[in-house]
This record gives sequence, structure tokens and C-alpha cells, in this order.
Amino acid sequence: MNVIPVPGSLDHQTVDAFLDEVALLGGGRSLFDARHLRWVDPNGMVALLVAGTVAARRQGVVPRLEVPESTDVLGYLSRMAFFEAARDVFELETVPRRRGGGPSDVLLEITSVAANADVHEVVERVQRGAGAILSSKLGYPVTSVVQFSVILSEVCQNIVEHAGAAGWVAAQAYNWARRLGRYVVVISVMDVGQGFRSSLGDEHSARYADRWGDTTALEAAFLHGLTRFADSGRGQGIQQIRRQVQRWNGAIAIRSGTARIGQVPEWDDTPPLVDGLQPFPGAQISIILPARSGT
Amino acid sequence: MTDVPPDLVAIDVGRLLQRTVTSLYAHLVTRPTGRAVRMAIEAQLQVAGSRSLSLIDLTEVEILDFSCADEVVAKLFEDARANPAHEAFFVLRGVREPHRDQIQVVLERRGLAAVAETSSATFELLGASDEAERRAWGLVEERGLVSDGELSALLPGGEERAALERIVERRLAFRSPTSGRVHALSRLVERLM
Repeated sequence: MNVIPVPGSLDHQTVDAFLDEVALLGGGRSLFDARHLRWVDPNGMVALLVAGTVAARRQGVVPRLEVPESTDVLGYLSRMAFFEAARDVFELETVPRRRGGGPSDVLLEITSVAANADVHEVVERVQRGAGAILSSKLGYPVTSVVQFSVILSEVCQNIVEHAGAAGWVAAQAYNWARRLGRYVVVISVMDVGQGFRSSLGDEHSARYADRWGDTTALEAAFLHGLTRFADSGRGQGIQQIRRQVQRWNGAIAIRSGTARIGQVPEWDDTPPLVDGLQPFPGAQISIILPARSGT
Repeated sequence: MTDVPPDLVAIDVGRLLQRTVTSLYAHLVTRPTGRAVRMAIEAQLQVAGSRSLSLIDLTEVEILDFSCADEVVAKLFEDARANPAHEAFFVLRGVREPHRDQIQVVLERRGLAAVAETSSATFELLGASDEAERRAWGLVEERGLVSDGELSALLPGGEERAALERIVERRLAFRSPTSGRVHALSRLVERLM
């Protein structure tokens, strides 16, 4: 049995190292030991699901998940519908009961995305409750829920159109009191599909010759709006997401294969480009939107 | 001389969205949804005469993403221009602030422009256009109708006249084939509003 210790804090900052470890898994069944998990954001939750999926695919057997001991963390996970999704990925000894009631900062529970109907479902769910959180916690105008929905729609369509495999999306608001002194919304969208290099390869790899790889593929899509479709109207989704995230002074990062590329605001010290990561299937997208200053 | 206007066609996109195969969905998101709505619009245009002016009403649309805007607006316009059997003109209605950026971006991306009502009875040119085209379009829009005789006084320069020709060619204004007068599309669709 491969035991993969889930770090105490699993969020946008630690998720790369965790996925690197999963990328190196050999044969034999895996046990994801999350007993000591103390903090998890949507990136961490969705990363657990993609990690379990990759382990199962590689090892031909469903991995086990030891759930966190912390009741607070179990509460977060339950509110985000993590266990509903995890049941399809992991063997779970006990599935904590869903807790209801009380005010929540959940903008979007963990939602599986495999088809266009799922994108409609995501937009529908966000419409129901996100507006209040965006205006009360982030100080965004009431109409920002439209742009927020458009971001989610485009980023989820990236899975449907390009990944060739299912993925998940989730979004939640947090008070980043120590880190930023204000609220943020964290959006995570991850899949275990073919990734950017493969998706764009047929159309663009020849032009890049032996420079073609995960980094150049991410640059092509993220910076230049290239897509595998010849149609001039395609490839604008990521470009427009970047533009809207920049307007809100947010951060966006995409990992695919061995590279990660990002658009980094002044409050974030993440490097804009990282390569040399362990090869991990699919694409993992993180978006962080901070509250307006003074909120 | 009385000009014969194009056949007027009213298209309520919100209602169309509910009536088409996408009846379960309330929002204009995803390419397949956009494609279905565009095909429904094209079916409506097929029964119009050889020249039509459609009012594409987005008033009831709450969410419009870039993919859907590309299918419903930009590809609709592009395909219509490529059809030699039918001369189609369009005016967009109900392009409020939350939709404006999406429409602007998808039109620019394909080098297209559109006449759009962006607030009550206010029309703008969205998409790709140059300064001279915007001036020529603004003049026609302000006057509603410009006769051939007035053109030399209103647009004395060759560049301005060429810009007017381009906005007619791009179907951002309508030139009557009988009188040669140039009509603002916003005035021609008044009956539908």
C-alpha cells in the first residue's frame, strides 16, 4: 500500500507539491492519509479528487481516503459537498453526514463537470447565491455575479471542449485576515484529461518544433489565445477570464503537465512561470479574487 | 419616392432560448446552446424575403458568456454576410452593461461591427470600426435618413464618403436600391420596439 500523507494545509500554495507526489506513484493500492489535514481550500479539495482519480487510473484499484480528524475541516468538506464527490473516487470508511443550516460562504459546492449540461448547472447554482457573497464579502457591485458566472462558464467549458475527461469545479469565500487583511473568493477547476500540450499539439506543435512542451503550450493558450480550432472566434475564453480577473486585481494560475503559468497581482508573490514539476494529467486552474480595498 | 424597407423580423432571444432544444436552460452559456439558438434564428430568417432587418432582442437574457455570444451574435452575422441569396441586416436590442463586453469582444475578434441599443433609445456601434466609419455612422444615425443630394454637403471629403460606403457595405446602414437614400437601421426597426 502506498501511503500518501496529505499535508496539514492543502491549498493553492501547497497543491503543486502534493500533486507532484501523486504523479510519482507506482503500482499497488494507495491510501491518502488526510487525518492531519487542518486547512483546505477549494484547490485542496478538488486536488484530492483529481489525485484519487489519477491513482485509481494508474493502479487499477480504488484508493482509500482517511478522512480528517478535525471536526472543523470535516465541516468545511461537508458544506462543500466533498464527500458526495469523493464517494465516486475513494473508498471511504465513514462518510460524515452533510451539515445544513447557518450562513455559508460557499459560492459553489464541488460540482462535477463532464458535459455542457454541467456548465449550465454551475451557472444556475452560482446565480442562486453568489451575488450576495460577492457584494457583502468582496464589495463587488451587484451585477458582478454576471461576470463571475461568465468566468465559471468559460473555465468549465475548457474541460468539456479540450480535456477529453471529466473534472470538478468549486468556489468559496474566505477571510484572508493574516495574508491579505480582507476576504477572497477562491475558485478551483481541475480535470484529469489530456492537458494543454496534447490538446494544442496537432495544430501548433510543428511551429514550435523541439521547443514544444507543457510550458510553450501554456504560453500559447494563456498569453497568445491559441486554440486547437482554426475558427478565429475560438480561444478567447482564457483571454477574457484573464482580463476580468485582472480588473478585479485577482490572480489566476494554470498548471498542466510539468508547468504552471499565472497572472500575478502585486499582492501575490507566486512566480508567474514554473516548470520542472512532475508530469500530472489534465489541467488545474486556480483563481483568487480579493475583496475591493476598504471592504 | 417611397423606399421599400427590408422585411422586419423580431427575434426575442430569451423566448427563443426557452422554445428551442435548450428549453431546460435559462442562460445563454456554452457553444452548443449558442449554436442551437443561432440555428433557430436562421430558421426564422429563411421565411423572410430576400432582404431582412432583424431586431435581435437580448433584453430577457440574464447571462451571456463569450462562447455563446460568439455563436449567437458574431457567427450569425458572419454567416449571414456569406449568404448571397439573402441580404440580412441586424440591430441588437437590450445590450446592457453585463452583456456589452462579451458582444464587443466577439465582434472585434471576427472584425465585425453591429448597431446596438445599449440603453433605452440609445444606439451605438459595437465591435470593430475605424474613426471615419464611426463618424459616418453617427451622422446617419443622428439624421435618420440621408439623401443622395445631401451627401456631398454633409460628407465633403473623399475619406468620409468612402467610410459611408463601408458602413453600407458592412450593413450598418441601409441604402435604398430605388432612391439611393441611406437609412439608419435604428429608425427602420422603430416599429418593432
